[in-house]
Amino acid sequence: MADDVVFRAEGLTKTYRVGDVDVHALRDVDLDLRRGEFVVILGPSGSGKSTLLNILGGLDVPTRGHVRFLEHDLAADDDAALTAFRRDHVGFVFQFYNLIPSLTARENVALVTEVSPHPMTPEAALALVGLDERMDHFPAQLSGGEQQRVAIARAVAKRPDVLLCDEPTGALDFETGVKVLEVLAHANRELGTTTVVITHNAAIAGMADRVIRMRSGGIVGIERNAQRRPPAELSW
Amino acid sequence: MTALDRKLLRDLWHLRGQAVAIALVVACGVATVVTTRVGYESLRISQQEYYARERFADVFAQLVRAPESLGRALAALPGVAAVQTRIVFEVTLDVPGLAEPATGRLISIPEHRVPILNDVHLRRGRWIEPGRRDEVIASEAFASANGLEVGDRIGGVLNGRWQALRIVGIGLSPEYVYEVQGTNLFPDNRRFGVLWMSREALGPAFQMDGAFNDVSLRLGAGAQESEVIARTDRLLERWGGLGAYGREDQISHRFLSDEIRQNRVFGTVLPAIFLGVAAFLLHIVLSRLVAMQREQIAVLGAFGYSRRRIGLHYLEFALACVAAGSLLGAVLGLWWAAEINRLYGQFYRFPVLAFAPGGGVVAIAVAVSAGAAAAGANSAVRRVLRLPAAEAMRPEAPARFRPGWFERSGAAAALPASARMIWRNLARRPLRAGLSVLGIALAVAILVVGYFFVDAIETLGVVQFRTVQREDVTVAFHDPRPNRARHELASLPGVLRTEPFRVVAARLRHQHAMRRIAIFGLEPGGELRRIVGADLAVFPLPPEGVVLTTKLAEILGVAPGDTLTVEVLEGSRPVRTVRVAGLADELIGLSAYMDAGALHRLMREGDTLSGAFLKVDARATERLHAELKRMPAVAGVTTRQAALQGFEETLAESLGIFTTVLVTFASVIAAAMVYNAARIALSERGRELASLRVLGFTRAEITRLLLGEQALLTAAAIPLGFALGYQICALLANAYQWELFRMPLVVSNRTYGFAFLVVSAAAVVSGAAVRRRLHRLDLIAVLKTRE
Repeated sequence: MADDVVFRAEGLTKTYRVGDVDVHALRDVDLDLRRGEFVVILGPSGSGKSTLLNILGGLDVPTRGHVRFLEHDLAADDDAALTAFRRDHVGFVFQFYNLIPSLTARENVALVTEVSPHPMTPEAALALVGLDERMDHFPAQLSGGEQQRVAIARAVAKRPDVLLCDEPTGALDFETGVKVLEVLAHANRELGTTTVVITHNAAIAGMADRVIRMRSGGIVGIERNAQRRPPAELSW
Repeated sequence: MTALDRKLLRDLWHLRGQAVAIALVVACGVATVVTTRVGYESLRISQQEYYARERFADVFAQLVRAPESLGRALAALPGVAAVQTRIVFEVTLDVPGLAEPATGRLISIPEHRVPILNDVHLRRGRWIEPGRRDEVIASEAFASANGLEVGDRIGGVLNGRWQALRIVGIGLSPEYVYEVQGTNLFPDNRRFGVLWMSREALGPAFQMDGAFNDVSLRLGAGAQESEVIARTDRLLERWGGLGAYGREDQISHRFLSDEIRQNRVFGTVLPAIFLGVAAFLLHIVLSRLVAMQREQIAVLGAFGYSRRRIGLHYLEFALACVAAGSLLGAVLGLWWAAEINRLYGQFYRFPVLAFAPGGGVVAIAVAVSAGAAAAGANSAVRRVLRLPAAEAMRPEAPARFRPGWFERSGAAAALPASARMIWRNLARRPLRAGLSVLGIALAVAILVVGYFFVDAIETLGVVQFRTVQREDVTVAFHDPRPNRARHELASLPGVLRTEPFRVVAARLRHQHAMRRIAIFGLEPGGELRRIVGADLAVFPLPPEGVVLTTKLAEILGVAPGDTLTVEVLEGSRPVRTVRVAGLADELIGLSAYMDAGALHRLMREGDTLSGAFLKVDARATERLHAELKRMPAVAGVTTRQAALQGFEETLAESLGIFTTVLVTFASVIAAAMVYNAARIALSERGRELASLRVLGFTRAEITRLLLGEQALLTAAAIPLGFALGYQICALLANAYQWELFRMPLVVSNRTYGFAFLVVSAAAVVSGAAVRRRLHRLDLIAVLKTRE
């Protein structure tokens, strides 16, 4: 394995049983992710991109195939090992933020830093996303974009090896979405964290190092951008 | 404080309504345990300590008269460690301020030292002084009921001679913790009291110098009580022995022991039921509360919190509620227990009534509550974490719906859409609907159980004092009198009806079972004392044979048609066999009845009477009592009114206070359960209902949907709760079968009505709270967030 490969997936297949039918969410996917890389996975809903992200993040296990994080086979891990993997190496950003409503912004971040080995302070993480003024607000007192920035602060505060973002702008308007993407790009640049963003919004592809296109559970194309465009130049 | 701790505190605050409801359920469960258990332990320990300190005897016997030398023969019997001979006589007393004659039991005590057995515990005043023949120590119950104090004087008719008695002390005895006369079941402390008097004074007054008519024995270690009793009986037989008996037949001890046994049932069966119900409700409520945080649990999992840590977090939530509830329950329980103890002190006379708040039982109660709450929370956390985190973070997938028989029958189509929705919501999660119904049903059931005690006490009172005992006054003679005594009684002022009775002390024996009992010979066709059979219907006394109360028949192991051996303990002491002619279903006490004629034939005697039941013109009562006081033949006068009052003040009051506690706790548990069920339903369905509002449903319509569902669940739960409650009552009635009283299995419509009202009221109030929240549903938030 090349030195800078963080994730290597081989022959990943995932089948769900929904009601009386089998749904093939992933079919035989091979993929490498490199250190520090900003990857956008593009595809319509049902293309399998969320499933891929969940398996990479240790939230789900493949039905068949291997997925390696550095030298570690995630597919063979039990629940406790996957929990430890997520705690030590992965930051998540979800489409609907999934903040704990009863905790303030600072406390939502602290929730993660308290169980991480080398975290930054919650205050530093919130400053990174430009929310140092609103640290003691509850999620209900924050706008959608602010909530998503708290979610990003929460994800990066532990200094993860990889940041996995599931439709981070899906619930946001254009301006707010751009602001959130700028925060992601900033974190990627400042911290050197491998970042994967999945979206069905093709416009976002411009800010990536690499763009992976998915359809019906498989990868249909991988392209490399010669130059990453700043989010401010994107439009949709 | 970690972020998770903060979340815990905020969640507790946010869900305070439900948390308080959970804590109240726990409090009621724990308080029931504490109250009943402390009541039991306090009496048990008080009894033990008192008996040991004042040297309560093990075997007792009464006889006509025996020389003092017989006491030494008794002391020499194998197994006898100590002997106390006494002179005991009942006399008529004239108590200042009391219209009726009272009965005093004069018990001899040595002038110069303390009694060997059955010592008197002096409360106030002093011991009798040697040579002062008019001094007595009065029992505290009698003194306080009549307002008597040290220095007061009362009149007594001792062996036909009037004598003034001076009270020099107020005392207590382990023999009279419960102070009742003869076969009476309830104390009448105004009209009956114990007076301890110098043996040197009593001997000459009753021509008993150098003799005794009452003896108590203490057994040595390893002695066999039945053998000592048999040997004592053989020794006493020629001196007119009335049959020795052990503590189990000593009336005060038996009542007290029955009370303690009754409290043990109260302290185990009842709290077990309450705690069981509370635990079940806790389990349901907590598992559903936690399940509602499914997405938060999944997020914590996604960020690498271990199952254990997440489990612990929700456990802490559950335990916080349980801890608050336990504390409240323990305080409440101890407070109630102290109240009950105070009440006990009024009819069980102890020098010190121990208060024994045993920690062990409380710990068990708290552990059971905590265990149930923890299991509920934990099962929900485990259910969520069993799913892959990614899946758990999404809202739960809609449950699969398959049309059931109701849908297929086409009947559903006839219902309005809202009713169909309610039906489907319940039908698609039958287990959850079933648990909700069961939870509310259990709440209804314990309400029924709580109120059942009121029914039972009332039935006891009605059967005993309306159906069975109908006389106004019962007059008892010292010795059996010839038939003309009946006419003397009939000619007393105000007497409207006289029904003489004959009482014969006897031992009833059947195989190995034996009971000392007074056989009542009643006049055929009598109206003042009647026999009730099964279903509490009155039936005439059969002309031959003996009628036993059901409990007595059970103790002796006999059924109608069997024959009993009757060993008469008076007169020529005949031993005969008698057929059991029927069973009386009396609820209070043990009794044996015979036709008076049949009893006379058994005794080979003519028409004699031991006393009579009188129906009296209320206007002449005072004159009647004045006359009775002057009749030397009269040993005692009891009134039904006083007996009823005694019943109400002892049994009814002690059960009454328990009932109040039970009904209160049951109401709280029921209300808390119904409230939580409604609140959880709102949380689970809030989003769906808001979506319906967005689609154009009115507030009234969505309120109808949610509350309709709750109403349907409650309606289904109520009859089930009635049935469950009845079964638990049957269980309790079965456990409450003492010699003193049997608890009748009577659950009145009023009880069902009460349970129905409490649960309905809880449902309506909870419904109103939920309705208020439904009207404030945030529609915009629903549109914005995902589903």
